[in-house]
Amino acid sequence: MRVLRWWNGEIAVVTTQIEPQTGRAYVRRESVVALPPPVTMVGVIGWLRTNLFSSALNTTLTVVTVLCFAWVIPPIVKFLIVDAVWSGSGRESCLVSELNPRMGACWAFVRDRLSYVIYGSYPLTQRWRVDVFFAFLAFSTAWLLWLDAPRRDFGVFNFFIVLPVVSFVLLSGAPMFGLPSVDTTLWGGMMVTIVVAAVGIVVSLPLGVLLALGRRSNMPAVKFFSVMFIEFVRGVPLITVLFMASVMLPLFVPPAWSPDKLVRALVGIALFASAYMAEVVRAGLQAIPRGQYEAAAALGLGYWQARRLIVLPQALRITIPNILNSYIALFKDTTLVFIVGIFDFLRTIEISRADPKWATPGTSMTGYVFAALVYFVFCYLMSRYASQLERRLGAASRLQGAGQ
Amino acid sequence: MTGRIHQVGSGAITDGADVAVEMTGVHKWFGEFHVLKDIDLQVMRGERIVICGPSGSGKSTLIRCINGLEDYQRGRIVIEGMELTQDIKRIDQVRREIGMVFQQFNLFPHLTILENCTLAPIWVRGMAKREAEEIAMQFLTKVRIPEQANKYPGQLSGGQQQRVAIARALCMQPKIMLFDEPTSALDPEMVKEVLDTMVQLAMDGMTMLVVSHEMSFARQVANRVVFMDEGQVVEVNSPEAFFNNPQHERTKLFLSQILR
Repeated sequence: MRVLRWWNGEIAVVTTQIEPQTGRAYVRRESVVALPPPVTMVGVIGWLRTNLFSSALNTTLTVVTVLCFAWVIPPIVKFLIVDAVWSGSGRESCLVSELNPRMGACWAFVRDRLSYVIYGSYPLTQRWRVDVFFAFLAFSTAWLLWLDAPRRDFGVFNFFIVLPVVSFVLLSGAPMFGLPSVDTTLWGGMMVTIVVAAVGIVVSLPLGVLLALGRRSNMPAVKFFSVMFIEFVRGVPLITVLFMASVMLPLFVPPAWSPDKLVRALVGIALFASAYMAEVVRAGLQAIPRGQYEAAAALGLGYWQARRLIVLPQALRITIPNILNSYIALFKDTTLVFIVGIFDFLRTIEISRADPKWATPGTSMTGYVFAALVYFVFCYLMSRYASQLERRLGAASRLQGAGQ
Repeated sequence: MTGRIHQVGSGAITDGADVAVEMTGVHKWFGEFHVLKDIDLQVMRGERIVICGPSGSGKSTLIRCINGLEDYQRGRIVIEGMELTQDIKRIDQVRREIGMVFQQFNLFPHLTILENCTLAPIWVRGMAKREAEEIAMQFLTKVRIPEQANKYPGQLSGGQQQRVAIARALCMQPKIMLFDEPTSALDPEMVKEVLDTMVQLAMDGMTMLVVSHEMSFARQVANRVVFMDEGQVVEVNSPEAFFNNPQHERTKLFLSQILR
């Protein structure tokens, strides 16, 4: 028997014991009315208590974090927004003067150099081609990523086949279609960053899948080649791969055969990304139970049919968050191409900030903040998409009971 | 379409004298371990064989050799007149004639029930999608779950999944069906629905090799019971003789363990 005092002062007697005198057990006569939870559990106060002040340690951490924010955020806002210079035509606008008493970010510099940072030295009259490329890329990416889009099979085909061909023709030119050739040495800025990342993304997935299958193959030669390739690339830094692609390769092949500098870097990055992708996909392949392979074989499906229809759809589905994670890493790694003299986005900012026309104490900082913001936006979008997808796939696999 | 189903059954009965599976002197090793020792087994068309024995006796390995999921090192296996060799083309050819049902169902979780059933007919037999779906619905009706056709395997109970697995194998219209402990992974109350489906299949005249400890099933439909121990066939007998008058000491011991 228990005596309880409720929060509103009522007293309740609870017994579940069999009473020795009467031999009766407890039988409930009326059900307990559902009461609202105490105020300490709901609303703003409840949220604060459970999330920020649930224990002494948590309270301390909350206070320290708030102090850190108070210390860091105001100067950043002041530099980036309050004291910033938004327009102007040269370094004078951004220098400290009576009009502009405190140093702030020089956004006028970013505005002035924006077209160089996006297109590099691509000829002015031909820049519409880059714009078309951006638009087509955005359209194709949306078609591929939007899960409820119509005809997603065409979307995949468009992204992995049509997009690369069209982009190549657009950007490098095809005189027979009236598009003058543009040498890749003129390419630069955001456009190059996106081209390098896109080639890495488009090539690394199919190649990675093949390498992952090769690594699990029963054929010793195929397996050996795949393992050697993956382990070699994984054991070498990307910078080394890029140096080898751009410096070593021309030593071994005749100059006429030696491909363009950008192409060499693209091949290097694509192969590098493929090796990592292969390991990501392999993890997915290993998660597929042996019974699935056996069921496919027992039905008479051949090797490629079983891989395409049974194994890969399941393996890639569980690997998608990791694939997107590799893509985020790849996107950031593209900055390394500047090492071999390619003018990617970061490199064009580097060049712009050294431009005497804009050289002020705040220019470099503004340039780097801008670069950081752009990279952050791209990577954050990818990461948000990955987590959305993960949530949705989680829901789908619960529906399908994939745990069996 | 019923005609086609019927054909499978009646064909098996009229050609009852012909050999469906012939294993001669088959040996298999897993590394150092000799799993199958000198297996000789002849299965006639339309015959139902139940294979039982203690775990590790090689019974699953034996039927997995018949459709090439396991290779073997010595001896000969001939299926419907085709010798099973290591040649992958020949193995695929043989597999088309053999359906298999696994202990763990092994349905494809990313495909609906109907897609599970039509996949192989479409991609292996080159059947039109519509025709494959018609056939699949016929067999799903036969195993009494046509209404689940558009669900995913994970939404079905174990017994239903196993019946789908049987329907999926039947959709390839095989001449021989292999069952590898089809009821061992099921909750007790679902065993009957799967066994009923298998009995029905047996009544239709399908050639069946069943690894199972369901003795009621063996008594009801088996033509012969094969008892295996330590990789050897120890005793082959009719169900009555096997259960009532076992000959070998090992068989007697085994039966005394499982029949209480």
